[in-house]
Amino acid sequence: MSTVSSEQALHDAAKTRILILDGAMGTMIQAHDFQEDDYRGERFVDWHSDVKGNNDLLTLTQPEAIFDIHCAYLAAGADIIETNTFNATTISMADYNMQSLAKEINIESAKLARKAADKYSALTPEKPRFVAGVLGPTSRTASISPNVNDPGERNVTFDELVEAYVEATHGLIEGGADLIMIETIFDTLNAKAAAFAVDVVFDELGKNLPVMISGTITDASGRTLSGQTAEAFYYSMRHTSPFSFGLNCALGPDLLRQYVDEVSTVAECLVSAHPNAGLPNEFGEYDLESDEMAEHIREWAQSGLVNIVGGCCGSTPEHIAAIASVVDGVAPRAIPKREVKLRLSGLEPFVH
Amino acid sequence: MIKARASFINVGERTNVTGSAMFKRLILEGDFEKALDVARQQVENGAQIIDINMDEAMLDSEAAMTRFLNLIASEPDISRVPIMIDSSKWSVIEAGLKCVQGKAIVNSISLKEGEENFLHQAKLLKRYGAATVVMAFDEAGQADTEDRKFEICQRSYQLLTEKIGFPPEDIIFDPNIFAVATGIEEHNNYAVDFINATRRITQKLPHAHISGGLSNVSFSFRGNNPVREAMHSVFLYHAIKAGMDMGIVNAGQLEVYDQIPAELKEAVEDVILNRNADATDRLLELAPKYQGDGKAQVKENLEWRELPVNKRLEHALVRGITDYIDEDTELARQQAEKPLHVIEGPLMDGMNVVGDLFGEGKMFLPQVVKSARVMKKAVAYLNPYIEATKDVGSTNGKILLATVKGDVHDIGKNIVGVVLQCNNFEIIDLGVMVPCAKILQVAKDENVDMIGLSGLITPSLDEMVYVAKEMQRLGLDLPLLIGGATTSKAHTAVKIEQNYDQPVVYVPNASRAVGVCQKLISKEHRPAYALQISKEYDVVREQHARKKPRSRPVSLEKARANGFDFDWSQYTPPVPKTLGVRTVSVTLQELRAYIDWTPFFLTWSLAGKYPRILQDEVVGKEAQSLFDDAIALLDDLCANNKLQAKGVVGIFPANRVDDDIEIYSDEQRKEVREVCHHLRQQTEKTKGFNNCLSDFIAPKSTGKADYMGAFAVTTGIGEDELASAYIADGDDYNGIMVKALADRLAEGFAEYLHEKVRKEIWGFVPDESLSNEELIREKYQGIRPAPGYAACPEHTEKQAIWDLLDAEKNTGMKLTESYAMWPGAAVSGWYFSHPESRYFAVAQIQKDQMLDYAQRKSWSELEAEKWLGPNLNS
Repeated sequence: MSTVSSEQALHDAAKTRILILDGAMGTMIQAHDFQEDDYRGERFVDWHSDVKGNNDLLTLTQPEAIFDIHCAYLAAGADIIETNTFNATTISMADYNMQSLAKEINIESAKLARKAADKYSALTPEKPRFVAGVLGPTSRTASISPNVNDPGERNVTFDELVEAYVEATHGLIEGGADLIMIETIFDTLNAKAAAFAVDVVFDELGKNLPVMISGTITDASGRTLSGQTAEAFYYSMRHTSPFSFGLNCALGPDLLRQYVDEVSTVAECLVSAHPNAGLPNEFGEYDLESDEMAEHIREWAQSGLVNIVGGCCGSTPEHIAAIASVVDGVAPRAIPKREVKLRLSGLEPFVH
Repeated sequence: MIKARASFINVGERTNVTGSAMFKRLILEGDFEKALDVARQQVENGAQIIDINMDEAMLDSEAAMTRFLNLIASEPDISRVPIMIDSSKWSVIEAGLKCVQGKAIVNSISLKEGEENFLHQAKLLKRYGAATVVMAFDEAGQADTEDRKFEICQRSYQLLTEKIGFPPEDIIFDPNIFAVATGIEEHNNYAVDFINATRRITQKLPHAHISGGLSNVSFSFRGNNPVREAMHSVFLYHAIKAGMDMGIVNAGQLEVYDQIPAELKEAVEDVILNRNADATDRLLELAPKYQGDGKAQVKENLEWRELPVNKRLEHALVRGITDYIDEDTELARQQAEKPLHVIEGPLMDGMNVVGDLFGEGKMFLPQVVKSARVMKKAVAYLNPYIEATKDVGSTNGKILLATVKGDVHDIGKNIVGVVLQCNNFEIIDLGVMVPCAKILQVAKDENVDMIGLSGLITPSLDEMVYVAKEMQRLGLDLPLLIGGATTSKAHTAVKIEQNYDQPVVYVPNASRAVGVCQKLISKEHRPAYALQISKEYDVVREQHARKKPRSRPVSLEKARANGFDFDWSQYTPPVPKTLGVRTVSVTLQELRAYIDWTPFFLTWSLAGKYPRILQDEVVGKEAQSLFDDAIALLDDLCANNKLQAKGVVGIFPANRVDDDIEIYSDEQRKEVREVCHHLRQQTEKTKGFNNCLSDFIAPKSTGKADYMGAFAVTTGIGEDELASAYIADGDDYNGIMVKALADRLAEGFAEYLHEKVRKEIWGFVPDESLSNEELIREKYQGIRPAPGYAACPEHTEKQAIWDLLDAEKNTGMKLTESYAMWPGAAVSGWYFSHPESRYFAVAQIQKDQMLDYAQRKSWSELEAEKWLGPNLNS
């Protein structure tokens, strides 16, 4: 599928219906119960440190499993699937001493997702499928100090983030992503660096892809980890002219609703939401059943809050299928026309 | 207070090192915790956005910006509001953008360096996600008229929105608020220009915002807060109506528009709206009435106000306080039998205390000059009363001062004048470039008691000799005082004193002037003192005659044989990125960072290296106070464009031919456009070379293409007018300060331009990155010797620079008949790129070189003797 037509098809689809995003990758991988040897595969049998838990590495060592997960979500009705690249930046990969693999993982992950999406696009030509290349938040924060004694200290700089994200973005596009998705943003400055990098790459390649932005409200304070309200966060990212803007992770649909509502009021683009399947229970498991989760999402859709929905931690193809069926036929949110104003932000929004 | 209406945003200004002395001190001392308190208070007091500026020469501004913003990020009470990242340096702006998660405003970008740079920066701002202030500034300079302001904003707007799709609502124009009521007529319409331009921008450039730095408008009323606050309110009232919707405002510095007393409001409105020609005078008249209830003065210790009036006058004189001088003088006048007695009594008593303290080294020159300001104000107050009684005051004596023909430098002379006035001498100051005939005419007409001559450049020495000879010829019997940087006791003794029968005294500095003048004026002491001086100079002459040169002279031929030895075949001179002449425009703000402050303190007779001098045990306190005053004035100069910086630079194909350098019209190197002549060291060197600047350029015979640069810069356009205005107002202190600062800025300009030449224009070290301290210590490749100084001491060579650069047309700078540059705050010179080029002193040359040089310059022997005099054996 060529970029121009895929982008057009994406816009056309978004106009007529609520788009379905896939669910959690991690939850599905857990089900495989992979052990250290499985993570290593043949290629990294002699790797000098433990790699279990490095889910993005599975793209290289267990590609069939990842491909199957993509297919399961596509079969459940997902329009957009996310690449297995949440931690595939040099910064996060450093935790496993695997910085040098970051680019390769991005390329291969995008290729795997591409292959799966193309397969389903061919099966249901009336419902083309799309690949969102994921840029995760990295394991470091640019506006929060790692040292309680010195609030001015930082363990990562904007420039370092940009460099890492530029490389990852190149990999995702090379592998065939239709969109770029900057997600699970808990520090807006990291996301600004990601957006900066994406723009650099677009400039270099001479083409633009749609960009999805999705932040994380960490708790009931209604703010990101770095302290911004949802509206302030939107103003910080508005310059990217995103394809969609929304929230994911951290909260279940019940607690997330008011912030989705807030975003829906301010965003001058599509609104996305992919909440967790509830909050983790005492065993660390997400136990919100698919019907229950779908009920919440149905209400959001009927209230005109959303354009794109899916699931985050704890969600499965079952959840996605349930969500897809409840929003089927519900009109997507209409994009509001807002007055032209200077929209600034600190931790809080400032409009003039 | 003007209500913070929804339509007007108040940007906090206290976290700006260029605007807040306290914040600057905290940052310089690294006390970031307290600096954060300043930011917090601003937000608590209602600032909706906070402006952060770290543009200070002594700071690593990028690091300070990064650190401060990172700390703010951890303070939710502060970081809840948007940040305005304020710097004149793009690198600092970028450093700031990399630390803010919110959507910030950048302050500022402009068309100053052309469209390409402007759009490049704007594109990056889009990428970082920031709104921006756009200054009404373009390639030709900062906009002052309504039309220029609007046109630049319109052009910027079109470029931003049409070329790169910058959101119009993210553009905030700053059409430049300048000071009004400065006494300079062209400034009277500045507020109106701003308001009208604002109206047009609001109407024609949809969604854009308009902002400005409010305090500028009232700069000329510094110290009178009630008037300033009224000016701010009135200005805002009208500017907001026209569409200004944002401003850098100290909320504590606003009077409620409706509560401004009617009389003051009308006078202020006349000034702001330029409603009649004498508006400034009327406000000036009215201003003192509203002074004194200012909120800023609460912390002052006013115990001295309880003293008897004579002691109060003394206190005011010693401390340099002008605030109460009119009322105290009035009280003293009422108590005195005659107004003149106030001067002869308490005021002179006070000045005697000042004189004694100065003599004892307990007061320093800057303080004495401030005392003089108080004295002048008191005398000005009394003058109408004295004239009414037709009394004539007695003074110690009348002294005529002048900078001689061909020379424009007068800072030292002005200081001497002030110090003498403090000691009750009457001064007739004829200014600069004064022809001999005029000096002598005025001396006669005014029946003066003494003449003092000043000069800075070496040709002025000859002019002083001429004046002395004329005084002798005309039979004058006045003592003659000689001063200025190039004068010396030896020169005075050898060249001047013998030409004039009356006392001729070399005065090395201002503090010596008083003692010399007191002895010469006294009928009693003069004969003995004159005799003593004449004997002293006899000794100097004898010593001078006996003096053997420390090293033996060598012939020109020998000296040439020992020139700079270099293997040109292994060397390729760097090719300039751009050849030819170009003008350079730069703001004073940018030049500040390049100032070398140490010589500034020397001007004021405070010796010590900056910044250590500020902590010096003896002069530290006074140095700090002087420095604070300098910074305040510099802020004013920068904020209101009171001086103009103009410069021109050019790099040309050049090759050496013997001791000359040929400059060619183009790379063909066929047509010689100019020949520069240089002098060679002519003393025996046991090690090292007999240097000549020409040696650093590849000889024509090598066939290597080499280049030489020339430059001329000034920051003195406007300095004379400004200084005169201060002096006319009795404020010699600021009059001298303006020139001292202009001089420093000009040197800073030379440093700035040299760096630009090395990095960009010539570009032989594109990656150089030196601190100002390293620049001052000349840690870079290449040199920029200036004609008239040690390595090329012959002044007429400046003409070549002028011709090559068309300097007069391009900068307005002129050369006098003695080849002094006008305005005084100016630097010109040559650029050499050779890595081994270095500064040296030509020092003494021999007759053979003089004759050779005369031939090269097509001069007669007499002309050569005149211009090379300082380097010839006498």
